[in-house]
Amino acid sequence: MSLLSFLDRNHTIAKPGFSRWMVPPAALCVHLCIGQAYAFSVFNLPMTKLIGISQSTPQDWKLTELGWIFSIAIFFLGVSSAVFGRWVEEGGPRRAMFTAALCWAGGFFVSAIGVYAHSLWTIYLGYGVLGGIALGIGYISPVSTLIKWFPDRPGMATGMAIMGFGGGAFIASPLSVWLMSKFSTPTHVGVAETFIVLGAVYFVFMLVGAIMVRVPAPGWRPAGYTPAAQPKRLITRNDVFVYDALKTPQFWLIWWVLCLNVTAGIGVLGQASAMSQEMFPGHITPVAAAGFVGLMSLFNMGGRFFWASTSDYIGRKNTYFVFMVLGFILYCTVPYTGSVGSVVGFVCCFLVIISMYGGGFSTVPAYLKDMFGTRYVGAIHGLLLTAWSMAGIFGPVLVNYIREYNVTHGVPKAQAYNTTMYIMAGLLVIGFICNLLIKAVDARFHMKESDARGSDPALAPAGAQA
Amino acid sequence: MTTHQEGTTTLQLALAWGFVGIPLVLGVLQTLVNAMKLFQ
Repeated sequence: MSLLSFLDRNHTIAKPGFSRWMVPPAALCVHLCIGQAYAFSVFNLPMTKLIGISQSTPQDWKLTELGWIFSIAIFFLGVSSAVFGRWVEEGGPRRAMFTAALCWAGGFFVSAIGVYAHSLWTIYLGYGVLGGIALGIGYISPVSTLIKWFPDRPGMATGMAIMGFGGGAFIASPLSVWLMSKFSTPTHVGVAETFIVLGAVYFVFMLVGAIMVRVPAPGWRPAGYTPAAQPKRLITRNDVFVYDALKTPQFWLIWWVLCLNVTAGIGVLGQASAMSQEMFPGHITPVAAAGFVGLMSLFNMGGRFFWASTSDYIGRKNTYFVFMVLGFILYCTVPYTGSVGSVVGFVCCFLVIISMYGGGFSTVPAYLKDMFGTRYVGAIHGLLLTAWSMAGIFGPVLVNYIREYNVTHGVPKAQAYNTTMYIMAGLLVIGFICNLLIKAVDARFHMKESDARGSDPALAPAGAQA
Repeated sequence: MTTHQEGTTTLQLALAWGFVGIPLVLGVLQTLVNAMKLFQ
C-alpha cells in the first residue's frame, strides 16, 4: 500500500469491532504535541544567550524579538485552520495528522538550522510559519472524527482532545529544560540540539496518532444509542456547507462569544505572575507566583474537559451563559480581594476564570455541531479559530496598556489592574448578549440531498444513514 | 486475553491510553509539585 493511499480517508474507515475509545488517545497524540506551543517561552531566555552563553551580548537576540516567534505561530494557527479546514475535513483525519506531524517536526528542524546559523528569520519561518500551520491543521484534525464517534457525548469527546492542547506544556516544559541541560556545555547553550530531538520525538508521537485514528463507517452508531425522537430546538439534524456557515448570524455570534471569552482569559493568563505579585506585594513572592501560574495551567487544562463534558448535560448555550455570568461576578470580585488582601479569594477567582477560558475552547466544537451539523464541523471550527487569533492580540494589549496607563497616571500598582478587571467583566456582558441572540440556523442554509458539494458519503455523519 | 469488543483488545486500549496518559500524568504531577510553592 502506498503512503498516499494509506493516508486516504477510505483506508481509515473502522472495521466492525473497533473500539471508539481508541480515537481519543489518537487525538491526544496530536494535541499533546502541538500543545508544546504554550511552553515555548522556556526557550526565550536561553535564546537570548546563544552567543554570550552566560549572559546576553549586543549581538544576541532580544526578548522582544523572540516574542514574535510565538505570536507568528498563533497567527498562522488561525490562518491555516481557516484556509485548510475544508481540506482537512474532506481528506480525513489521518492525512491531516500526518501533514501536521511533518510541518511540526519540520518547524523544529528549520528552527534548529536558524539557531545554528543565528538567523532569527529562519526561526520565524520554521517555528512561526511552518509550526503555526501544523498547529492549525493539527488542532482541527480530530474534531469532527471525535464528534462522529461520540454522537451521544460530543462535548466530552472534543473536550478530551482539546484538554491535550492545554496539557502539552506540562510535558514539553520539563522535557525541554532537561534536554537543554543535557546538551549544554560551557561554550554552547544546547537549544538547537533540543529542537532536533523534540522535532523527532513529536514526529513519532504524532505518527502513532495518525496510525491509530479511524473514522466510523457510514451508518455506524454506538451500541444502545438512539437519537432523540424529538430533536432539541438548538440541536440540528441537518448540515450546513462550510462556506454557507459564514453567511449565518449564528456563526458570527459564536465567533464573538469565543473571541470575548478568550480575550477575557488570555489577557490575565499571560500577566498572572506579575499581576499577583503587584496586587499582593510581600505576600506573593516570585516563586509563589510561578506556582500560581502552574496551578492556573492545570485549571486551564482541567476546565477544558470539565466544562465540555458538562455541556453535554446542560447544553452549550447554557454553558456559555455560565461562563459569562460567573466570569462577570468573578472579574468584579477580583479588585475586592485585592483591597482586603485576600490571596485565597484572588487565587480562587482566577482558577475558576481560567477553567472557563479553557472550557470556552473545548465546548465550541460541540456548539458548532449543534448549530451546523456534523458534516463540515471541523472546517467551520477552523474558520472560527480566527477569533482566537484576534483575542490573542486584544487580551494582552488590554491588560498591558491599561495597567501602563494607570501606573503612569499615579494609580498604585496594587490597584492598577482594577480598571482592566471591570473592562473584562464588561466584555463578558457583550458576550452574554451575543450568546442570548443565538437561535437555530434558518432552514435555507441546510444542505439538500442533491447538493453536489456534500456528495461524499464518507463525510456524512455516522448514523445518518442508519 | 479479554477483548473489549470483537476487534479492539483491552491490551490495545491500555497501551493507547498509557502512551498518552503516562507522560501527561508525569507532567501534571511535576506541575503540582511546583504549584505547591504557592502555599508555602
